[in-house]
Parts: sequence; structure tokens; C-alpha cells
Amino acid sequence: MLIAGIDIGSGSTKCILVDESGAVKGRGLVKTKANFEKVAGEVLDMARSDAGPAAGQVGYVATTGLGRYAVPFRDIQITDLTCGARGAATLFPSTKYVLDIGAQCSRAIKLRENGKVKEFHMNEKCAAGSGGFLERAAKYLEVQLADIGPMSLQASKPQPISSVCAVLAETEIINHISEGATVENILRGIHNSLADRSLLLLKRVGLDGDVTLIGGVALQDGMIASLREKLGVTVNVPKEPHLTAALGAALLGLQRYRKLVTAAAA
Amino acid sequence: MIYGAGVDVGSTQTKAVIVDESRKIVGRALIDTGANVTRAGENAFVKACEDAGLPRTAIGYVVGTGYGRYKVTFGDAQITEITCHARGAQSLFPATRTVLDMGGQDTKAIKVGPDGSVVDFSMNDKCAAGTGRFLSAAADVTGVGLDEIGALSLQAKTPVRLTSVCTVFVESDIMSYLAQKKTIEDILGGVHKAIATRTMSLVRRVGVEEEVTFTGGVSRNIGMVKALEEVLKTPINVSYEGHFMGAIGAALFALERALATAQGGSVAVGAARS
Repeated sequence: MLIAGIDIGSGSTKCILVDESGAVKGRGLVKTKANFEKVAGEVLDMARSDAGPAAGQVGYVATTGLGRYAVPFRDIQITDLTCGARGAATLFPSTKYVLDIGAQCSRAIKLRENGKVKEFHMNEKCAAGSGGFLERAAKYLEVQLADIGPMSLQASKPQPISSVCAVLAETEIINHISEGATVENILRGIHNSLADRSLLLLKRVGLDGDVTLIGGVALQDGMIASLREKLGVTVNVPKEPHLTAALGAALLGLQRYRKLVTAAAA
Repeated sequence: MIYGAGVDVGSTQTKAVIVDESRKIVGRALIDTGANVTRAGENAFVKACEDAGLPRTAIGYVVGTGYGRYKVTFGDAQITEITCHARGAQSLFPATRTVLDMGGQDTKAIKVGPDGSVVDFSMNDKCAAGTGRFLSAAADVTGVGLDEIGALSLQAKTPVRLTSVCTVFVESDIMSYLAQKKTIEDILGGVHKAIATRTMSLVRRVGVEEEVTFTGGVSRNIGMVKALEEVLKTPINVSYEGHFMGAIGAALFALERALATAQGGSVAVGAARS
């Protein structure tokens, strides 16, 4: 039997299937659309076909993220903070802090020793602290989203972006372009700006140990490099950082499922 | 006759005003700032001279203000837009104690003394919420002209609740409300309300003291005027020349200096805070 963790985020919806031992059996990723229920169904189907018919049936569904309440076929919903924390702590047991940079929000979470959330801070929905900044910049720098990470990594002289507003930064970016700055250097400047914001957010929960970076923006190598430069602590990055909260949801769902089975047996 | 000119190079528009000795506005011009800030200042000044029917040489003193004030290379002095808006507002509405300036890219709350001098200010230069940029994004998404959104917002029956005042995300917020068949009026009502509420926190930092005068390009938006009056719980002064307020203040400073120079006296009159 399989347990599904579905993370309905503002940018994309992710799904992880685990078996009863907690091993990952399937994954799915789709762009979030207005109908959360439909998008959750789609991502679950995708993960199911990734797992293959031999992996068994899905017996329990845990949802998380912005759209977690909008899925009628769920068995339980869990906050994205709890799921992100659990996913990060499972992948990197040394994790003391989780930095989750998503499409619209970013969050800094301080963990207890058992991987649970002790304290957190998040920015209000603001593009300057999230993937929205990069998405917008990519659009008018005419760069594909997937190319941002590697291009930023090639920067030789990152351009300073002083604005902390993604919209106001456009003027600055235009100035950099007119002064002949390369797209690589501008992109790295944006990563540096995001890293500065992240540092402030992390400092509010304290920063004295390993950080695990999760969320879609962590797919960009340039972002990772900027954070490693600025944070001054070990920064762990999962292979699939964007799926971390879905993994956490699946594992927490499994835990809950086991309890239910034990209770039923007793 | 002695004349003073003020040139306000804003992020979006450049304004120039010429006043005569009696402090009467005799010429004005408004142009888009565009990429060349120096040229924008020059063009606006030349146009204002034409509007006044005066040769450039007739202008005794030119004060540059606004974010591009240091690019007003032909100017005699530069004074911050905060000082100029305070001065302009006080000259039009002498009882002004609080000025709220909402421009193309920033928003400022200014506490003003009885003489029009700046006592305190706070500004929101880190976020586009509440600026013309935000409103033009909202206008674009709803397909309504920037000069119409204010009036339409006043017809809202149940204003929507925005999840964010981030200019980047408000677009998707509005699109989802449109998809839910909310009326444009209710959406725009929600937009203006959200911005007014956010602006309140800026004004509170300097304290609200009556009378409140609303300046800058956004002051021409009647929806924002009404939304602010609602959250401030006080009527606010608005001039149809609200967007010229910085240039008016700058022109008045320029006139003082021109007069002082003509009298052979000191040129430091009233313009220390630049």
C-alpha cells in the first residue's frame, strides 16, 4: 500500500508516494491551477503512473501547502511548515533550521531535536523574498526559468540590486543592462538580494547551525551559491528540494496511518 | 519682474512650474520622464517657459527636486522632494500639518510645521504597494484606464479582500477574482481599500495631525482620496494640481532665492533642509 503526500503550492503542485516502510515509490509535479482539487488529482495520477501498478494502491492521502483544505479526497491536512520540517529533518538529520523559498513566500523554521517546528518566521506575500522575483526578472531578461541557476553561477561580477521590491528593482535592472552588465551578473545580483532577505528572516529565528534549503527556488545553483556565501553555516540542499514538503507530508501521513492501524487492531 | 522655477524629476513624470513675484503660477509643464533624466528636466523646464511666454533668461533661479534632481544640471540648487512637497502643500493649504505624497514609485508621509518646514517623515521606498506602479498594474489587469480606476472603485458594493499588496502577486489575485466573476468595481474597491490600509501604517509612523494634504500623482485618483479619508477618518485636502506639488514647492524656494539675490542679500531663505 502507498501513502501520498500532496503539496499544493502557489506555483506548483507536488506529490510523493511512499510505501509502508517510508521508501519513496513515485513522484509527480504539475503547475498549480485555479482548481486545486483537479490539480491534486492530476499530480496524484502522475505519481501513481511513476510508481507503476506493482507498487500497490494509494491507501492514505496527506495534503499540505496553500491548497491543502481544497482536496476532498484527503485523509488529513498538515501545514507546510510541519511538512517542510519533517522532510528536511528526514533527509538531513543534522538540520537545525529550514529555509523554504517558494513561489510567493519564504519561511525560516527553527527545528526541535525531533524534527518538529519550534519557531518560524515568514515574509508576507512579497515577490522580493520569493521565486516571484526571479520569475519576473527572467521574463524581461528573456531567460528561461530553468537557465537562471546555471547562468547565475557563471557570474564574474554580480551587480548589486539595492531595491528590496521586485517591481522597483526593474528600474535598477534596466540601468544595469544599459550600462552593459551581463545577464549572468544581473541574475546573480538577484540571487544575492534574495539571500540577503533570507539571512534576515533566518536571523529572526536564530542562526547557529545547519540550514536545509527547500522549495522550488533551491533548484537554482546560483541561489545555493549565494546563500552559502552569505549564511556562514552549512547549507544542505536535497536533490529534489521542491519535493521536500510533499515528502514530509507523505511521511507524516504514514505515521498517522500506522497509528490508525494499531488503534484498529487493539 | 522676478521669476522662480521648480523642476520635479520624478520616477515616472517630470513636472516644471514657474511662479512670479506674487507667487502666482504663470507656467507649467508635465512630461514623461523616460530613460534620459537630464533631458526630461531640460524639456519640462523649456516647456514651462513657453507656457509662461518667457525666455529662459527671465528665470532668476531654478530649483531641481525629485529623485532625478541632481541630473537637473542647469538648476541653481537641489532640494529634496520631501521639503518641496511640504512647502507646496503648505502654500496651497496653509493649515496643513501632515502631507501624504504618493508618487510613481514611492510613498511618503511628512509631518509639517506651521511654517511649512519638515518636522518628520517616513517613506516606503522598499515596496511598490501604494505607488502609481501598483495602481497601473491593477489597471492593466482589469483592462481599465489608470484615470478611470478611482471612480470605478467608488461603485464597489462588496469590495474583495486581496491576499497581498505585492504588485507582482496582485495581478494573479485580480485574475482569480475575475475568474470568480467578481465585478471590476468590487475588485478595484478592494485594491484601493488594501492600499489605503497599508498607507495608514506609514502615516501612523509620523502621526496623523490635521489637516492632511494628499499630493503626488496618485492624489488625482478619487478612489484613493475616498479610501484614505475612510481609514484616516478625516477629510483630506486635494488640489487638482496635486501632482505638481513638488514642483510648486521647488518654484517657491527658487523665487525666495531669486528675490534674495536681487536684493543682494543672503540666499539661504527657507531652504536649509536639502
